[in-house]
Amino acid sequence: MEPASAKLIGAGLAAIGAGMAAIGVGNVFGSFLESALRNPGAADGQQGRLFIGFAAAELLGLLSFVVAMILIFVA
Amino acid sequence: MAEAGKVDPMHQFTIEPMFGTDHWEIAGYSIPFTNSALWMAITTVALFLFVWGGMKRQLVPGRWQMAVESMTSFVDNLLAANVGPAGKKYVPYIFSLFMFILFANVLGLLPLMLVGVHPFTFTSHFSATGVLAIMSFAIVLIVGFWRHGFHFFSLFVPHGTPLWLIWLIPVIELVSFLVRPFSLALRLFVAMMAGHVLLEVLSSFVIDSMNSGALWGTVVGLPSFLLMIAICALEILVAGIQAYVFALLTSLYLNDAENLH
Repeated sequence: MEPASAKLIGAGLAAIGAGMAAIGVGNVFGSFLESALRNPGAADGQQGRLFIGFAAAELLGLLSFVVAMILIFVA
Repeated sequence: MAEAGKVDPMHQFTIEPMFGTDHWEIAGYSIPFTNSALWMAITTVALFLFVWGGMKRQLVPGRWQMAVESMTSFVDNLLAANVGPAGKKYVPYIFSLFMFILFANVLGLLPLMLVGVHPFTFTSHFSATGVLAIMSFAIVLIVGFWRHGFHFFSLFVPHGTPLWLIWLIPVIELVSFLVRPFSLALRLFVAMMAGHVLLEVLSSFVIDSMNSGALWGTVVGLPSFLLMIAICALEILVAGIQAYVFALLTSLYLNDAENLH
């Protein structure tokens, strides 16, 4: 396989990571809403933790974007 | 990568010297006044005007004062919830950080191209966000060693660590501690860059499909255009969330430095 096409295939494979991070982020907010609707009084106090979980899940998806960008534009 | 006539999604991040300052240099290093520096200055001025307009100290606040006060009390509550009473002294830093990043993100999204100005999001550059992250990390280190001395290293051995894991946990904690500035900077820079690249790619869909005829313009261009509008709304949300996450994580790290575990 030519290196140029291998790079593009690798960048495409890195997009799987973005989709996986989408599952993760959806899971964070989904679980939060599910429990926030059960106990709305406690929901506001947990928003900090909500965004920490969101940030952790999102970072891993962004890393796969970085991998794709490096493969396309740098490597 | 991009051939002639194609939209290059990375071109918008090009740093260019402005106002003919490209020959400025100190000790052989070129230090022109770039578009990045220009937009940092614009962000600072906008932030200054925003806060200055709300400093009238009226007993019954007007709209502007209310806006500024709600931002300061937001940061105040953030620190009170995450650091406790010791967090009061960090309100100026976290407020500046949060508002600077928020203003930078939002100013970079403004559709100023309509009046011929190219808005530049300097938070989409690792060098800019890296300096912000290093500042936060340095404050954590200075405060931690200042307050606790070498006892600060107990951060790497959380309470209740089993004795047979004492060789492993500090290593993991040390790595996760050292990775903090990178994750802080990387998250902000990649989130902003990804959004802008996405908008540019969608706009290239619209332009190229319109150029290849009315049929493709309707089938591909119109949905892409509608998606672009939705993504723009999402980007405004992301601009706010990323600024908030940066401030939140900085305050969490400050909590580690102030109160250990």
